[in-house]
Amino acid sequence: MNTATITVNGHVGHHDGGHHPAGILRWLTTTNHKDIGTMYLTFALVMFFVGGIMILAVRAELFQPGLQLMKPEFFNQLIGIHGLVMIFAALMPAATGFANWQIPLMIGAPDMALPRLNNWGFWLLPPAAILLTLPFTLALFGIGDGALATGWTFYAPLSVQGGIGVDFAIFAVHILGISSILGSINIIVTIFNMRAPGMTMMKMPLFCWGWLITAFLLIATIPVLAGAVTMLLTDRHFGTHFFNAAGGGDPILFQHLFWFFGHPEVYILLLPVWGLMPHVLSTFSRKPAYGYKAQVYAFIAIGILSVIVWAHHFFTAGMPVPALLYFMYSTMSISLPLAVLFFCWIATMWRGAMSFETPMLFATGFIVLFGIAGLTGLVLADVAADAQYHHSYFVVAHFHYALFAGGIMGVMTGVYYWLPKWTGRMYSETLGKWHFWLTVVSFNLTFMPQFFLGLAGMPRRIPDYALQFAEFNALSSIGAFILGLSQLLFVWNVVQCMRGQGAPAGNRPWEGAEGLEWELPSPPPYHSWEVQPQVK
Amino acid sequence: MKRLAVPALALAAMQPAAVLADYQWNFPKPVTPIARDTLAIHNEFMLIITTLFVVVFAIMIYSMVKHRKSVGHAPAKFSGPSGALQWFWVLVPFGILLFIDFVLMGIPAFHAVIDMEDTKTRADMVVKVTGMQWKWQYEYPDDGIKFISNLATPPEQIENRAAKGENYLLEVDNPLVLPVGKKVRVLLTATDVIHTWWVPQFGVKRDAIPGFIRETWVRIEEPGTYRGQCAELCGKGHGFMPVVVKALPEAEYLAWRDAKKAELAQSAAGAERAWSKDELMAKGKEVYAKQCSVCHQPEGQGLPPAFPALAGSKVVNTPLLTPEGKLVPDGHVDRVMNGKANTAMQAFKNTLSDVELAAVITFERNSFGNRMGDMIQPAQIKSLR
Repeated sequence: MNTATITVNGHVGHHDGGHHPAGILRWLTTTNHKDIGTMYLTFALVMFFVGGIMILAVRAELFQPGLQLMKPEFFNQLIGIHGLVMIFAALMPAATGFANWQIPLMIGAPDMALPRLNNWGFWLLPPAAILLTLPFTLALFGIGDGALATGWTFYAPLSVQGGIGVDFAIFAVHILGISSILGSINIIVTIFNMRAPGMTMMKMPLFCWGWLITAFLLIATIPVLAGAVTMLLTDRHFGTHFFNAAGGGDPILFQHLFWFFGHPEVYILLLPVWGLMPHVLSTFSRKPAYGYKAQVYAFIAIGILSVIVWAHHFFTAGMPVPALLYFMYSTMSISLPLAVLFFCWIATMWRGAMSFETPMLFATGFIVLFGIAGLTGLVLADVAADAQYHHSYFVVAHFHYALFAGGIMGVMTGVYYWLPKWTGRMYSETLGKWHFWLTVVSFNLTFMPQFFLGLAGMPRRIPDYALQFAEFNALSSIGAFILGLSQLLFVWNVVQCMRGQGAPAGNRPWEGAEGLEWELPSPPPYHSWEVQPQVK
Repeated sequence: MKRLAVPALALAAMQPAAVLADYQWNFPKPVTPIARDTLAIHNEFMLIITTLFVVVFAIMIYSMVKHRKSVGHAPAKFSGPSGALQWFWVLVPFGILLFIDFVLMGIPAFHAVIDMEDTKTRADMVVKVTGMQWKWQYEYPDDGIKFISNLATPPEQIENRAAKGENYLLEVDNPLVLPVGKKVRVLLTATDVIHTWWVPQFGVKRDAIPGFIRETWVRIEEPGTYRGQCAELCGKGHGFMPVVVKALPEAEYLAWRDAKKAELAQSAAGAERAWSKDELMAKGKEVYAKQCSVCHQPEGQGLPPAFPALAGSKVVNTPLLTPEGKLVPDGHVDRVMNGKANTAMQAFKNTLSDVELAAVITFERNSFGNRMGDMIQPAQIKSLR
């Protein structure tokens, strides 16, 4: 798309026709990709705060040594549900929301290929979120002993021993998995069949490429997770012994199955963000994206590598030396395609004419902080050093640099970039900049100390800690609260745009923006491209 | 922020010793060959990644400063390398990265892995470590020594009702005692869920997996007390099962070993004689406080539904034994000795002595409002094993 010239055929009008019901029924029955995209994004934002409040309670408990606010049992429930909510109910739906809004606009299609499936894919999410969090409420009424208390990883045999919260979480994961697979099928079918005439695969926007690889990864790995948690369910209730050594099973089998899904999951969360980065960088550098083909091949390479490195998540569980070496070197080799992406991002900025509106600030912040995640990931691959880092706060810091700075800040980049297109209104640039700087400073205040906590020997998932860890934990908790509160600026900014406040955006609010979506009015008509554009 | 992150990482790399009194910026002082090796590798890697970080982002920040629209920079048009020279400069960073990955980092990492996994060559002794909710059992198979190591921090400190001691949460009643300078092969397993045995100053961390044996090794170079923690989430007591290892010079270690053997022999002898109910109650109270009260609570009220109350418990209030003197299936003695599958209730016959079992069962039957009035002798427990 970067070199393609675009002709818009015919008249693009406001043909929404009024054939859809109004009020709540509109949202329940809608098959429109924009409505569904909005619902995904709203759901993600709500769950981002649900997961955030859980972890702020955890950080409050960890502010000082000693148990002040909660019992260890409850603490364990919060950390696990925080992880599941943030991954499955915040980041993944946010990425699917982007896909719904943007893929049809960017490839010149009127809607997604399978609109009813799309509707169902979304409406599976709220019941799953309720299942995940319901045990907290049930416990208040004396039913069960609360939510999943095993961490988000469900490790057997702890999860075999757990209460009804585990069963609720298993079913929630099943439903979330079905939703993801439906969404993925829809995206693959849309991308393969509904591109505008002349848009070959290698002219397709990189965002669509990122999502295409994500969709294949989801279809490849979600069934493995579903299988693993189903085996857990039958171990718990139907007398099987998949993970029980006394019955001929193996607890480590669970870890293999879980991380066969869990490692690709990291890239499932990040590929859509890597896809949108070149668009933002190119727009605000006023220069074409660098190395389009190299980025596409890097996405594919990372997709393939991601499914063959899983065991680096449990080096300390013990495995034969050749296996250790294989997983160590294969993990290190991911740094090569990742370096291609970093190279292309920086080369896109190089000798451009940059300006730093909020999306560009978030994009550059993303590159630097995600760089820390990548580099610490490289040292984590070393088996011997990993023995010190693993299960410690070093790992917690590492994956929050990957999933908050990489994932959430990437999503925010995309929201600020496309919000004017979606709502037809400009957000407040001043508030956006405040949001960025507060987020970046407090994020580092939260997670930088955790690297040092890990090095000093603080294990993760402990509700109370030795006195030598006190100062860094206090800093981290202060950072976390600022980080949480500054996200309210984001909500305010988004809500103002949705309410029609702010300057009108026009078709192309960004000077350097290229691509089909900017040919349409802001907000785009209810059915985007009734007549498909020609891409030459 | 980028500017803050750089010195912070650099500091981690270059300051192995604590620079500020209360802050720990790097691994604690290593006391085994593996830990020294790991620290050296870690420092080297941190230097490498800090250099990469600084170089790459210096280029980016230079561009962000110079190539701005506001300073009138006109955008270039290129979207990929063109010509041999540009291709060369594009490929150089990847050549460097390949070298860093598989030579600079890859080769020392290879040797460290081989060294770490070599648990068997010239091992001087074996120690077996068993993780259980939420304590460690240490066993010296060659000497027949076996004991449990429990958290020694009093609950008042955890609940903020008393000032916290220097080794808060990192202190135990019976530390693992090891000789200095000997290669100790550590075998690990667990009875219930996965635990992870970790002493940061040893540079080793290994999972203890129920039903399997995993292994690692240590050769401690200086006498001292070394503290670590369980590192795998293992339930509500995960934060409260520290690992404490006391390393003694060999002569002192041998003296400790002989004393420990004698002590265990003496308590085994106790199983042969008849105990009075008062003796059993007193001993049982002690055992209960250490082994049972975490879950069943000091007053026997439990934490239902996961941890049932013992006060008025259906299980406790069953007949002690069948008229033939056998175990009542799912009765009190059976439950304490054999545990309950898929719950935190473990089979205590594996970890407690005959005396301790007899005492704690007698204590539970006659406390918290339970008035069974009966008692069981250590000798009876022995015959039920």
